[in-house]
Amino acid sequence: MIESLLPILAGTLAAATPLIFAGLGELVVERSGVINLGVEGMMLIGAIAGFAGAAQTGYGAAIGLPLGALAGAAASMIFAFFALSLAANQAACGLALTIFGVGLSAFVGQHYVSYSLPGLQPLAIPLLSDIPLVGPVLFRQDWVVYLSLFSFAGVAWTLSKTRLGLLLKAVGESPEAAHAIGYPVLGIRYGAVAFGGAMAGIAGAYLSTVYTPLWVQNMSAGRGWIAVALVVFATWKPGRLMLGAYLFGAVTILQFHAQGLGISVPVQLLAALPYAATVVVLVLISRDRKLLQLNLPASLGKTFLP
Amino acid sequence: MHLLEPRAQPSQLMRWTAPLWAILAMLLTGSLLFWMLGKPPLESFQVFFIEPLTSSYGWSELLIKASPLILIAEGLAIGFKARIYNIGAEGQLTMGALFAGGVAVHFDGVDAAWVLPAMVAAGALGGALWGALPALLKTRFNAEETLTTLMLGYVASFILAYMVNGPWRDPEGMNFPQSIMFGDSALFRVLMEGTRLNTSIIITLFAVLGFWLFNARSFLAYRLEVGGQAPAAARYAGFSAKQTVWFSLVMSGLMAGLAGVGEVAGPVGQLNLNISPGYGFAAIIVAYLGRLHAVGIVFASLLIALIYLGGEAAQVSLQMPAAITGIFQGMLLFFLLGADAFIDNRLRRPA
Repeated sequence: MIESLLPILAGTLAAATPLIFAGLGELVVERSGVINLGVEGMMLIGAIAGFAGAAQTGYGAAIGLPLGALAGAAASMIFAFFALSLAANQAACGLALTIFGVGLSAFVGQHYVSYSLPGLQPLAIPLLSDIPLVGPVLFRQDWVVYLSLFSFAGVAWTLSKTRLGLLLKAVGESPEAAHAIGYPVLGIRYGAVAFGGAMAGIAGAYLSTVYTPLWVQNMSAGRGWIAVALVVFATWKPGRLMLGAYLFGAVTILQFHAQGLGISVPVQLLAALPYAATVVVLVLISRDRKLLQLNLPASLGKTFLP
Repeated sequence: MHLLEPRAQPSQLMRWTAPLWAILAMLLTGSLLFWMLGKPPLESFQVFFIEPLTSSYGWSELLIKASPLILIAEGLAIGFKARIYNIGAEGQLTMGALFAGGVAVHFDGVDAAWVLPAMVAAGALGGALWGALPALLKTRFNAEETLTTLMLGYVASFILAYMVNGPWRDPEGMNFPQSIMFGDSALFRVLMEGTRLNTSIIITLFAVLGFWLFNARSFLAYRLEVGGQAPAAARYAGFSAKQTVWFSLVMSGLMAGLAGVGEVAGPVGQLNLNISPGYGFAAIIVAYLGRLHAVGIVFASLLIALIYLGGEAAQVSLQMPAAITGIFQGMLLFFLLGADAFIDNRLRRPA
């Protein structure tokens, strides 16, 4: 029984990885008081940029991920210019970025439809990977999975233990106060949005160069939106975001193993499961109004003109 | 980095001309894009924006594409005014198509006049139900409608995929994920010989008239708008916030459902996986571009429909992917939001 669960566990880690990157990025953006609904678009732009780079150079994810990050960050700057510098409606700007990103990635990706990439070999961590049963699952993953764990540690540490984290949260709670003390509110928000874009780009590039190493139009398939929902589910806390990402990773992977587990539900309905689960999870977390109010960055989504 | 400062008085000029500035900016950026891709900008512009309008067939196609956009955007505008952001109209369209398609598949071969009206009613019901669900989740459980409407859109697309792969698949369709082609009694009648323009356009015309009257004359529309602009005032006046949520989401879902019926009982003629090229999302742009005004939406729909047609023409004449449509739509929304920023603000001047 345990043996049959191990591949599910291993797959869960991989499926959760893009959600972790995109989710952590959006979490930082929202903690600065900005809501960017363009995650899906930035992921797709990162996915095609990473894929194109990997396909052209032959270096795979090693070049694909940095390129994806750059492309995602660049795309996020369009959002930042309109939503921050021009103080336009943030939700609508994010939506525009998603529509733009879906179109742009499909446009560029036209040339790459028939390519495929070799993917990544797992990286076994010495000693730990020899632990019976769980060793091969947890410690024989590709390096990007480990990178996602380091990203989590970095974001969690920065938010809770550093001056930068404090500043970011101050800007998200009360931009007026931060501005009055003399902090560059818009500068910090620009930085947060760029970070979110880079992380979404990495998430996309992971999908296109490692997870399913080929380019398919719209291949992020709503993961960017799920990442946005995860941030709410996490009540803006990195630790809970990881929990949520693994939960969704498991739901995503379960559909491929359902038949093996003796569940006979049509594949299309199983494929709808992660999206239905997102709704359920949002409902469960939102019904506790106090919990949300307590953790919601006070200036989230509000425009700031000093 | 702060480019703007508040104006003493909102600019009336910008209030009314913002969409025009946005369109101009889109056209300029678009020409630049063509030029960067090594296509002659003027000729590309001609292919994209002028040629589709040089034949009566082109105009009929324009109306076919504008019709669903109008229907959806009229419904969305109600919610947007009340600050209820339904961004899952694509899913509500899918549900409408599915319900209507169910009637058509079930009563295939029944040559009766009630089949099409039954499909319209079923489609409206399907869309309304798919809008009612997020309304319930919002009023009962406080769940944000932006994310729930969008997620339910994905769920709807998988239900459609299941139905056309399973119970409703055309047995003679060579295993393609599609239903049977609907019979004549389940299709809108073609209005103009040689085109695909059909009688569903009449529903759209009545919808525009209805929403115009509703917005201009009804007390309910006024209450919705107060709820959006000044929630505290609305509460004080005793306007129910829950009622606003229900009405906005059910109404916009219903209209998107009608758009779905128009597609499957019109140009598509069956259930398949390509019933909409993203009308539900494009309609969000339409609603804003049309200033949430019933008649403004008609003009905005015609423009977005033209961008769809231009994308198709560019694919044929310029060997460009049709995805360029999405690029133009995204740019247009950005520019519109940017132009709107200048209604209440002006460029910061050195002190």
